[in-house]
Amino acid sequence: MSDGSHMPERAPQPDRRLFLKVALGTGGALVLTAGMGRAEGRGEAALSAYVRIGADGTVTLQSKNPEIGQGIKTSLPMIIAEELDADWSRVRIEQADTDATRFGAQFAGGSLATALNYDQMRRVGAAGRALLVAAAAARWQVPATECRTDPGVVVHTPTGRRLGYGDLAADAARLPPPDLASVPLKDPKTFRIVGQPHGGIDSARIVRGEPIFGIDTVVPGMLYAVYEKCPVYGGKVVSANLDEVKALKGVRDALIVRGGTALEGLLDGVAILADSWWTANRARQTLKVVWDEGATASVSSEGIAATAAALARQPGTKVLRKDGDVAAALAAAAHVIEADYSYPFIAHAPLEPQNCTALMQDGKLVIHAPTQTPQAGRTLVARTLGMAEADVIVHVTRCGGGFGRRLNNDYMVEAAAIARQSGKAVKLLWSREDDLRHDFYRPGAFHTLKGGLDAQGRLIAWHNHFISFGQGDKFAPSAGMSGSETPARLVPNCLIEASLIPAALPTGALRAPQSNALSFVFQSFLDELAHAAGKDPLDFQLSLFGEPRMVGTDFDTSRAIDVLKAVAKMADWGRPAAARPGLRTGKGLAFYYSHRGYFAEVVQASVTAGGEITVDKVWVAGDVGSQIVNPSMARNQVQGAVLDGLAQALGQEITFRDGRAEQSNFDGFPLLRMPQSCPVEVQFVLSDHPPTGLGEPALPPAPPALCNALFAATGHRIRRLPIDTSALKA
Amino acid sequence: MSFRLTINGKARTVDVDPDMPLLWVLRDVLDVKGPKFGCGAGLCGACTVHLDGQPVRSCRTPVSAVGTARITTIEALDQTPLGRAVQKAWLDLDVMQCGYCQAGQMMSATALLAANPSPTDEDIDSAMSGNICRCATYNRIRAAIHQVAAAHRKG
Ligand code: FES
Ligand code: FES
Repeated sequence: MSDGSHMPERAPQPDRRLFLKVALGTGGALVLTAGMGRAEGRGEAALSAYVRIGADGTVTLQSKNPEIGQGIKTSLPMIIAEELDADWSRVRIEQADTDATRFGAQFAGGSLATALNYDQMRRVGAAGRALLVAAAAARWQVPATECRTDPGVVVHTPTGRRLGYGDLAADAARLPPPDLASVPLKDPKTFRIVGQPHGGIDSARIVRGEPIFGIDTVVPGMLYAVYEKCPVYGGKVVSANLDEVKALKGVRDALIVRGGTALEGLLDGVAILADSWWTANRARQTLKVVWDEGATASVSSEGIAATAAALARQPGTKVLRKDGDVAAALAAAAHVIEADYSYPFIAHAPLEPQNCTALMQDGKLVIHAPTQTPQAGRTLVARTLGMAEADVIVHVTRCGGGFGRRLNNDYMVEAAAIARQSGKAVKLLWSREDDLRHDFYRPGAFHTLKGGLDAQGRLIAWHNHFISFGQGDKFAPSAGMSGSETPARLVPNCLIEASLIPAALPTGALRAPQSNALSFVFQSFLDELAHAAGKDPLDFQLSLFGEPRMVGTDFDTSRAIDVLKAVAKMADWGRPAAARPGLRTGKGLAFYYSHRGYFAEVVQASVTAGGEITVDKVWVAGDVGSQIVNPSMARNQVQGAVLDGLAQALGQEITFRDGRAEQSNFDGFPLLRMPQSCPVEVQFVLSDHPPTGLGEPALPPAPPALCNALFAATGHRIRRLPIDTSALKA
Repeated sequence: MSFRLTINGKARTVDVDPDMPLLWVLRDVLDVKGPKFGCGAGLCGACTVHLDGQPVRSCRTPVSAVGTARITTIEALDQTPLGRAVQKAWLDLDVMQCGYCQAGQMMSATALLAANPSPTDEDIDSAMSGNICRCATYNRIRAAIHQVAAAHRKG
């Protein structure tokens, strides 16, 4: 991540000033709070874990990361509970509210949650266990070394005496905190909780239909709100027929809200408040707004494509990487392949539309929001409304999907502004049309590529001109690219340059930002090069990675090789799929390294004479380190990410005309449905590295693996997404 | 206008616009929050409820069209053995990711299994195609439906 979205770039530093406080809680509870010093080492330390062991033996853990469906609300507490040796059936998990002075970085994004917390959480749990053991040893007047733990109890091994954690909590709370850096950790081989499948902590409530999502929030006296913004991004309200709207039955208020110019912040619009959401939304049919649409009104997808085509004929204005001498290497190459690739803007479309409930209460603004970044939202609200951050309280609800959309808090600042201006408690809910028209889209882009092969079919030159979006030489959010995307760093002569189109469209991070699109281009083009070299795509990739070694400080070619070999075995790569009458079938392979995860995938797809695609199966091998915390959740995440990638390739596209998005619901922007889904077989390759997240890195290989399978099946190369099936006709 | 509805076995009277979709009568007027809003256009199935046992998209069902039909939402799924079996299968197989679509998925699946206790993959495809799962938990939804069917066959 290097493009100004909200995810920190820094690698985790698990031992950075982690400290622990031990306290006696009400009712004789042992309370552990663990904190991290700020990166700069100043100010109050931020709390990163909270553990309470009650006298009744109940263990309460606070989950500090918003739950967007990635299971983090379950998996982080599992890690603490493991080292604590808690009885999982007696563990309660609470969602921590946002309070920046108490909790450290709170966000769900960038697959960082696991990596940031794994070691910290282990140490906190281990410290709790050490305290309980010490308390038991003191009670029995035996050496602590003679004691062990079973789930929820300390056992004196020689005599078999047992004391429950609840009985020991108050004693343990009076002991000095153990040193976190040296506290003994369990041997992972003895883990009883981590590595076992666990259901989501809220699942039982979900199957009963309990109201736990943001959209279900109710506060006393609440009205329902819609917010009509200019369909052209950043347009201003000139006037609106508020009186006519206010006269409608059930409508309680209508008001113009003034915003600024930053697309991520509060934008101009008209709020309608009513006694049901349907009434508020229907009133939009009566609402007439005169907009000042501004300069973006001239932006269209056709215009963008024409600009990109012109830029492609010129050298890039920005160099992202330059190794060796590409021009000379291409001139000397035995074989040069050239191709143009492109992919569209796409929307996140989490199934729960954006919503936020806000009210003024005793001079404070109280917010209930499904957000991935509650702290950033609080800052945005305070800054926009000119309030002190201490006067903005954000309660985090469960999110009906995130995918990166809820890293932006535009809907939060809208609800806050409406609540403050109207003086009413409001639940703002966007329609699906609002959501698809006002997303922070995964930006599209255009790539021209040249690859040079030597006489032995080895890749010796790689030239990529990346035509993306931004102002001046600054990429728009999530529209950038690092100079180290595979196969960069593996090809001796490499030139990656960029040109930027200055269209003011809202863009942002989508699950596996940048990688989700770049993988399609680079892994498809590598497949083209493999075929041009007369090599099997697997062999071509393996020879590209070469000897097991570190490339740069982060990329380990042996991990790439291992997942490629694993997936080849799973998919019986090299054995063609059985022929079926009327169908052309092929297998395609792709690899990608992103968010510190290594994933290789094989797709088998079949195509009818009419060009209709069926994905038969996907095989996935992934390496995200030494430990899969919750295998059930992990498999679910990987399957979802892969199918998400396929859905993007098969049909998703947002196009613009007159500065506005043309798609508005799931008819124009299709999500994957049951009949298009296929079995996804997942294998984790464990390696000796700290565990990292998997909500994202499983996605990027899926689109190119599908396109490579379609090439194997039909001989037609897909160079533009979404896939145009008319080109696949027999 | 006043409407008398039977929701999860209880009689409720509401005074609302006859065009108001059942989804919003349930969610905003009666505080029955299980049925979810995803698209408002009959395209995602998040709002699926049963009318006399038949799955319908409540976002496209005006309250005036409900008549005397018995309305069942996810909140009452546990009132039948089949509904409880569906809940159990969803938990056993840990189907959920964000969970937002699952009320609709479970209502569609329960209606399918009530009509067809041993659905094939093709039956599942066609009965469930109106229910989008943005998190794409389809592998597990399918497996959960098969699990309920298998348990039923065993008796
Ligand atoms: S909300 Fe009813 S089908 Fe989507
Ligand atoms: S579980 Fe998230 S939409 Fe289905």
